[in-house]
Amino acid sequence: MSLLEIEDLSVTYRTAGGAVPAVRGVSLELPAGAKLGVAGESGCGKSTLALALLRLLPPSATVTGRIMFEGEDVLSMKWGRLRAVRWAGASIIFQGAMHSLNAVHRVGAQIAEPILLHEDVTAAEAERRVAELLRQVGLPPDRARAYPHELSGGQRQRVMIAMALACNPRLIIADEPTTALDVMVQAQILRLIEELVRDHDISLMIISHDLAVLADTCDRLAVMYAGRVVEEGPARQVFESASHPYSGALAEAFPRINDPASRLRPRGLAGDPPDPEMLPSGCAFHPRCPSAVEVCPRVDPQLWPADGSSRAACVHVLPDHGASLVEEGAR
Amino acid sequence: MLGAFISLLAVAFIGFFLFRVLPGDPVRAMTQDRKVSLEQLEALREQLGLDEPLWRQFLDYLGQLATLDLGTSYQYRGAESVAGLIAEKVGPTVLLVGTATVISAVLGTWLGVRTGWRHGSTSDRVNTGIALTLWSVPTFWLGLMMIILFAAGAGPIPDIFPAGGMRDPDVTGWALVPNVAAHLVLPVITLVAVVYAQYLLVIRSSVLDEMGSDYLVTARAKGLRDAVVRRRHAVPNALLPAVTMIAIDLGGIVAGTILVETVFSWPGLGYMFYEALKVPDLPLVQGMFIFFSAAVILMNLLADLVYPLLDPRVRR
Amino acid sequence: MSTPTVAGPRRLAWVRRGRTLLRFWREFRRNRAGVVGLVLLVGACVLALVAPFFISDAELSVTKAPGPLVAEPSWDYPLGTDKFGRSILDLIWQGSRVSLTVGFLATFMSVVLGTVIGIAAGHYRGWVESLLMRFTDWVLVLPTLVLAISLVVVMGRGLGTIIIAIGVTAWPVTARLVRAQTLAVEARPFIERARALGGGHWHVMTRHVLPNVMPIVLARTTLLVASTIIAESTLAFLGLSDPSRVSWGTTLQEARDAGATSAGLWWWIVPPGVAIALVALAFTMVGRALEQVYNPRLRERR
Repeated sequence: MSLLEIEDLSVTYRTAGGAVPAVRGVSLELPAGAKLGVAGESGCGKSTLALALLRLLPPSATVTGRIMFEGEDVLSMKWGRLRAVRWAGASIIFQGAMHSLNAVHRVGAQIAEPILLHEDVTAAEAERRVAELLRQVGLPPDRARAYPHELSGGQRQRVMIAMALACNPRLIIADEPTTALDVMVQAQILRLIEELVRDHDISLMIISHDLAVLADTCDRLAVMYAGRVVEEGPARQVFESASHPYSGALAEAFPRINDPASRLRPRGLAGDPPDPEMLPSGCAFHPRCPSAVEVCPRVDPQLWPADGSSRAACVHVLPDHGASLVEEGAR
Repeated sequence: MLGAFISLLAVAFIGFFLFRVLPGDPVRAMTQDRKVSLEQLEALREQLGLDEPLWRQFLDYLGQLATLDLGTSYQYRGAESVAGLIAEKVGPTVLLVGTATVISAVLGTWLGVRTGWRHGSTSDRVNTGIALTLWSVPTFWLGLMMIILFAAGAGPIPDIFPAGGMRDPDVTGWALVPNVAAHLVLPVITLVAVVYAQYLLVIRSSVLDEMGSDYLVTARAKGLRDAVVRRRHAVPNALLPAVTMIAIDLGGIVAGTILVETVFSWPGLGYMFYEALKVPDLPLVQGMFIFFSAAVILMNLLADLVYPLLDPRVRR
Repeated sequence: MSTPTVAGPRRLAWVRRGRTLLRFWREFRRNRAGVVGLVLLVGACVLALVAPFFISDAELSVTKAPGPLVAEPSWDYPLGTDKFGRSILDLIWQGSRVSLTVGFLATFMSVVLGTVIGIAAGHYRGWVESLLMRFTDWVLVLPTLVLAISLVVVMGRGLGTIIIAIGVTAWPVTARLVRAQTLAVEARPFIERARALGGGHWHVMTRHVLPNVMPIVLARTTLLVASTIIAESTLAFLGLSDPSRVSWGTTLQEARDAGATSAGLWWWIVPPGVAIALVALAFTMVGRALEQVYNPRLRERR
């Protein structure tokens, strides 16, 4: 049994305009000690997915499905149990550390806060742990007395990482951990996360729109589009030889540093991701898909085994290219 | 700081303009309601220095202000200086305003946080509705109602509280404390009813602004209880902008004080101002105008100086 | 096929205005409090207008009033009488004329002042804006009631001076709002176009900025009337109004001077205050409804 098993998770927001589906029937698995990447453009539902894992969505969101964390369903946990699992079982590294940290508290206090909450330690002991955590992320211990606005972007992100490690969780979810940073700092932060996760034997879920970064860091990769997982498989394979047209296009969008030819190839997809309130019929990707065929607007394929241990939700992966699905729909 | 100084100068200028220049002949303005002989008018004019050219008057006036000499009251006929009268009556006013402000701040903040946090709930709507209604009611009328209900004993409610004044004339020594306290109750309630709504609305809106913030999601993700998230994270951030916002309506507190003191005959600055404008005792009115305006400007300055001490982002 | 006649541009503009008005009304209707407030206001204004037809001079005179002195409410006198024998109901009804008139006039003056200063500041920018805004902020800080009282004392009591006093003290908030709105409007490209076509300062300010600023000003004006009416009653209560004109504030002043509070003559004290509160509340509700219509962000957040 895996550390984290997401089964048919759906998240719908209730708004003035009606019900808006942000996540539609996502199923993923994360074994202990493994690293999973979740990729996609803005609005595909990946951040919603991350928040849903610890029930951090606003009350206007309806969540269905199951999230099995260490054998327990997060969605049906009692409130007290949920709060105990938060941070001590699974923690989150949020994006945009400037806004995710409280501007009027010193960073040391913010790192110590979950320690004092979840464990029975003295303030002095917590302070010692904070200094140790700061050292692990490469910051001098005296930075604990700083306020968030006194630190650089990279330093703030390191504080977020230290904070996430504070209670020795088994799972860390990193939501766009490098998006707001300079390129050079991005690489440093990624290496740091990888190292710490390996040293402490923590499972990692990284969410990002940067497919290249995920391909490098993770074991397996899931690509999301319009609230669905459209492809899932070993990271390298999904990146280099994708089975779903969208994953292929996403991979192409990022030039590789060691492949000069990649920079000259035409890239990018026309159009924008669909508005969740008005999804296209059939496969949500068909309006922008370079390989769309005439059955695509009429069928909505589920994930199907593609190449090796990969799965993709595309008619081209199905043995009969969707013919049977069309018949079913017609009946 | 420079801004405050310029504001004060402007106040001084307006004070002069208002009371010496605008009425044309201030002496006639002061004596409009009574019969006064020509000699008396002349004597008054001389006493107030009005026989000098205007620019000379202005310079004298500035000089006097610099030494905190606000002139002499007309009513109390040369015996009392305006500054002295103000010093005398400051005490009761500070007692009233101080008590009411503290209660209003605490009540308003507590309710503001609760209604902002529970935005949209019944208690939010009810509290906001009450605050809105109290704002629509004239302060002085509220005071009158208080007297009718609780002091005069109208209807079924017995007369519990005194109808006015600060104390009963024959009480002295330690017994003064409960006596003054009893006289303080109704005026304070009236002033609080008017002022607390300001605090409530400002803090509530501040809390609403904070509610969608990311750092609150972080706090919840750590496993903190809702009340702790509100108390330790949301409130300190919400309270910050409220500090400066609250200082802006000190004018409202001054107005409330004047009205409450007038209705309850509370012997403070507000009541003195009211008595002065009935005469009208122009030097006293002018002096108090300058005093009230200067006080408000200085309080604003204080708030501006205090804010950086509270917000670490603005320090240094 | 015959070509349909195209309506002239002027007619089109009016049709568009009509449609905008309809849309506005539909949106306004959604706010229940606003509609209730509007009904109350219209009712109050109508009553104020028709008062002279129902109340004779004798009933209001201090010497010739027919009623018993200081009588409790009864069938003949539903709200009782004052110390001169005048019916309190008549006083309230008649008083609405002065209170509403002063309210409207003082607000009008204040809004005109505030709009002129706000547009000037937002349009000319530079040192003009700096100067005007500093001045505005300074007036904003001054204690309003103290300033208004001082003005009336110096100019002599009466309705005119009250209107001026309130008008002169209440404009800063409007000015700030109008300036912010002016800045927003002038940032739009059509202003650049107007200037390129040769539009001078006056043209831009009156034909482009002003119409776009008016909706927000309207909302704020309505809210302002509420505080103006309260201000008038306050100044009147302090004895600064014209004693020969009946208003809600003067009625309360007379009541207090006659010792109505300590004697417990509630029917003299309660009605004027309730009238003031209801009208102020009505204006506030309408004003808030207008604000919500023009600023979708303020609408009820879910």
